[in-house]
Amino acid sequence: MNLPAIALSVFRESVRDKVFYNLLLFAVVLVAASLLVGTTTAGQDVKIIKDLGLAATSLFGVFIAVFVGINLVWKEVERRSVYSLLSKPVRRHALVLGKYLGLGLTLLVNVSVMALALYAVLAYMNWSFPENIRRSWEAPALDPALLVAFLLILAQLLVVTAVALFFSTFSSPMLSAVFTFGLYVVGHFNADLKHFEAIVGSRPVAWLARTLYYVLPNLAPFDVKAQVVHGQPIAAGYVGLTLLYAAVYSGMLLGAASLVFARRDLK
Amino acid sequence: MSTRARAWIAGSALAALLGSAVGLQLLRDRWYGEPQPGDALLYVRSPEAMRRLALSYSALLADVYWIRAVQYYGGRRLARDPKGSYDQLYPLLDIATSLDPMFAIAYRFGAVFLSEELPGGAGRPDLAIALLEKGWRSNPAGWQYPYDIAFVHYWTRQDFAAAAEWFAKAADVPGAPWWVRSMAAVTAARGGNRQASRALFRVQLETAESEWVRRNAIERLQQLDAMDQIDALTWASRQFASRHGRFARSWDELAREGLVRGRPVDPAGLPYVLDPETGVASLSPQSTLNPLPTGARGR
Repeated sequence: MNLPAIALSVFRESVRDKVFYNLLLFAVVLVAASLLVGTTTAGQDVKIIKDLGLAATSLFGVFIAVFVGINLVWKEVERRSVYSLLSKPVRRHALVLGKYLGLGLTLLVNVSVMALALYAVLAYMNWSFPENIRRSWEAPALDPALLVAFLLILAQLLVVTAVALFFSTFSSPMLSAVFTFGLYVVGHFNADLKHFEAIVGSRPVAWLARTLYYVLPNLAPFDVKAQVVHGQPIAAGYVGLTLLYAAVYSGMLLGAASLVFARRDLK
Repeated sequence: MSTRARAWIAGSALAALLGSAVGLQLLRDRWYGEPQPGDALLYVRSPEAMRRLALSYSALLADVYWIRAVQYYGGRRLARDPKGSYDQLYPLLDIATSLDPMFAIAYRFGAVFLSEELPGGAGRPDLAIALLEKGWRSNPAGWQYPYDIAFVHYWTRQDFAAAAEWFAKAADVPGAPWWVRSMAAVTAARGGNRQASRALFRVQLETAESEWVRRNAIERLQQLDAMDQIDALTWASRQFASRHGRFARSWDELAREGLVRGRPVDPAGLPYVLDPETGVASLSPQSTLNPLPTGARGR
């Protein structure tokens, strides 16, 4: 059994587990919001639909990444199906990597369908508003720059998946969920850690905080939703560096997960 | 009993239970009164705390606070309670703009909500200016913020020197349209004059970037027209008094003298009110043009 086969089996399992039902909820939320917001937002319909679509993509994705991710390895061990898997020519690190790629594929499909649904709703809004109103929007309704926000959301979800998978190799799902959500929250407060010396006098504590800033996953840079919605430019170099950071950090976590799982006594 | 029949019975029982719950609720509301929504509450008043709690969802949360601000303002405005207050309006707008510092409409419309005189708005031009200054600090390239501050000074505070100064600041921002500079000059030379005010709002109407700004300019122009009409009607009423030694009791009396044509209505379509004691014409209390600005006198 090779990597693509493991990845596809994880993807198929996601389909069987009705993970994609969240897409239906997403579509309902978007359509309902597009019908309702016009009466309550003083002309901010398109901005709010974009904010809502991007935030929901990120939020649903985080829930999938965490709640599916924390079970990926743990479930195989708990069900003892890991024995039949490892009796085949499958190495433990390939199992970890295959599981990650499978969930990554699930998230890719999820984010892509959500992006399409958001563009469909925005196309309808673009069509339904007259030219003079469309001219007053900060960014066009069908702004291609939204894809940058979706790309960085996907990259962030892949980092969160790697975190969840790492904990899944040695911890129970409950603890893994707590640790992953904890790191997800801390990942958005990293700027505070970097400037900790501004609020504490102790140099060792400030030094420790600064170390944590570099060691813990920094998720705040992946959030460009507001800039995109307001039509602000995002430098290609920034996007490239952030994607590279996601790849390197996820690679480090997957390496650590493989090491932990390889040393784990499964008897 | 077949499986299908059992499913039907179970479904019917569930529907009956739900129907009973709804019926009980209706009964309770009828007998003991419907629950009233509580006053608008702000559980978190610190914009900074809210920004941190929002994680990466601050833009969406800003939208929620903006919708709350619009609904709060709309509810208070429709209530037209002379004693009503808009005390939650600024905190709501402050949080919305802290969560999304680029939320231009929240600064600009929010400033209009805050600067309008009571009961049509919060009657707090100072907070309107503070909100716009915050917007300009966050978006230094936005000439619209000092431009809107100039309008608050001009229309609400009647401080024409400050208005001219802010129009000039707006004109100094790179990318500001050429006519902003002329607004600074007109305000400095003829601030408070109704014709000058009309010229400013006509420019605002012609250059409006959004429907809401356009409607606001139309309302201001209608208010200026109403002020002219009130002056003319009061003059007609005084003419009547000089002929008859008393003020007219109704518009019909003035119409019979040929001083007015029919029952005069304001630009919003509501009839003017004539005070038979003082002879002064005014807007109907129901008119959407209320309150008229206290300054901008003289044609």
